[in-house]
Amino acid sequence: MLSYITLLLVCQLAGEVIARLFRLPVPGPVIGMVILFLGLLVLGRVPEGLDRVGRSLLVNLSLLFVPAGVGVITHLRQIEREWLPISAALIVGTLVTIAVTALVMAALLRRSRP
Amino acid sequence: MSGDLAGLWVYLATSPLASLTATLVAYQAASWLWARAGMTPLLNPVLLSVVMLVAFLTATGTDYRTYFAGAQFVHFLLGPAVVALAIPLYRQVQTLRQSAGAVVAALLAGSVTAALSALGIAWALGATRRTLLSLAPKSVTTPIAMGISEAIGGMPSLTAVLVILTGITGAVAGPWLLDRLRVKDPRAQGLALGVASHGIGTARALHLDEVAGAFAGLAMGLNGLATAVLVPLLVHWLLPG
Repeated sequence: MLSYITLLLVCQLAGEVIARLFRLPVPGPVIGMVILFLGLLVLGRVPEGLDRVGRSLLVNLSLLFVPAGVGVITHLRQIEREWLPISAALIVGTLVTIAVTALVMAALLRRSRP
Repeated sequence: MSGDLAGLWVYLATSPLASLTATLVAYQAASWLWARAGMTPLLNPVLLSVVMLVAFLTATGTDYRTYFAGAQFVHFLLGPAVVALAIPLYRQVQTLRQSAGAVVAALLAGSVTAALSALGIAWALGATRRTLLSLAPKSVTTPIAMGISEAIGGMPSLTAVLVILTGITGAVAGPWLLDRLRVKDPRAQGLALGVASHGIGTARALHLDEVAGAFAGLAMGLNGLATAVLVPLLVHWLLPG
């Protein structure tokens, strides 16, 4: 168990080091995810202990967003000032994104079918 | 007696224990309410916990910095959690291989659309530069979006809230829109929900169909990666600072 928690931290740390060393705009943990993903591809399976550690983290993934979300308290005035561009970008932007992705995917899947 | 109370208050207000405990209590209360209400996306537990905690901090006059001194222990786990997303991603490798070409093309189209539509609409309606930068990564899962926001000069905490609101928008309106567009293939439905509204959209897709759920989870992970590369480049070209 502890060894797999260590493995996750080692991957994250390696990601942070790579991101800073090469001045990449990609967040360190994302590079850590790629490193772990490549490791799993090479290994060809998910070790049971890693699966348990990963599951316990991801089951409560939503909780981990809360402290950052509470940070809204420091931006309330800005959101109030810019409520129109923000809400329009959120609602219209999200609907347009769903439409474009779904239509492109559906068209390509239809074409690939013999 | 009142001296004891004042001393107690000073301890509670400055100890990280109180805000850490408040975070866990609020989240569990929110999860319980959400489950009781039939897991409706409108009562999203993250949104509910944030509302409760903001009310709590306002009522007690606690500033965010003091709160975060305790809550940072929860926040820290986001990094390892993002690394752990490699596990479900690895599990989807077989599914991905079968329609890899379509997935990659639709993913890129969706990823670029998400960033450009958010930037374009907010810019046209007069949003400030920092708001634009905070909006750009709104469609990817919070830890990745916050990392991108920080890297391009946005406000990670504002991004976190915008990400959660984007997820709720997609989860509520997405299935309705897909129905209107007559998109019936669960692979296309899931991919669209995962690209546009990350984990919250993925949870909604899982309710629609198992295949839709798998594709949404895949789309969420891949879009995190694509956006982390694309958004800094788009911002560099469109909003040179």
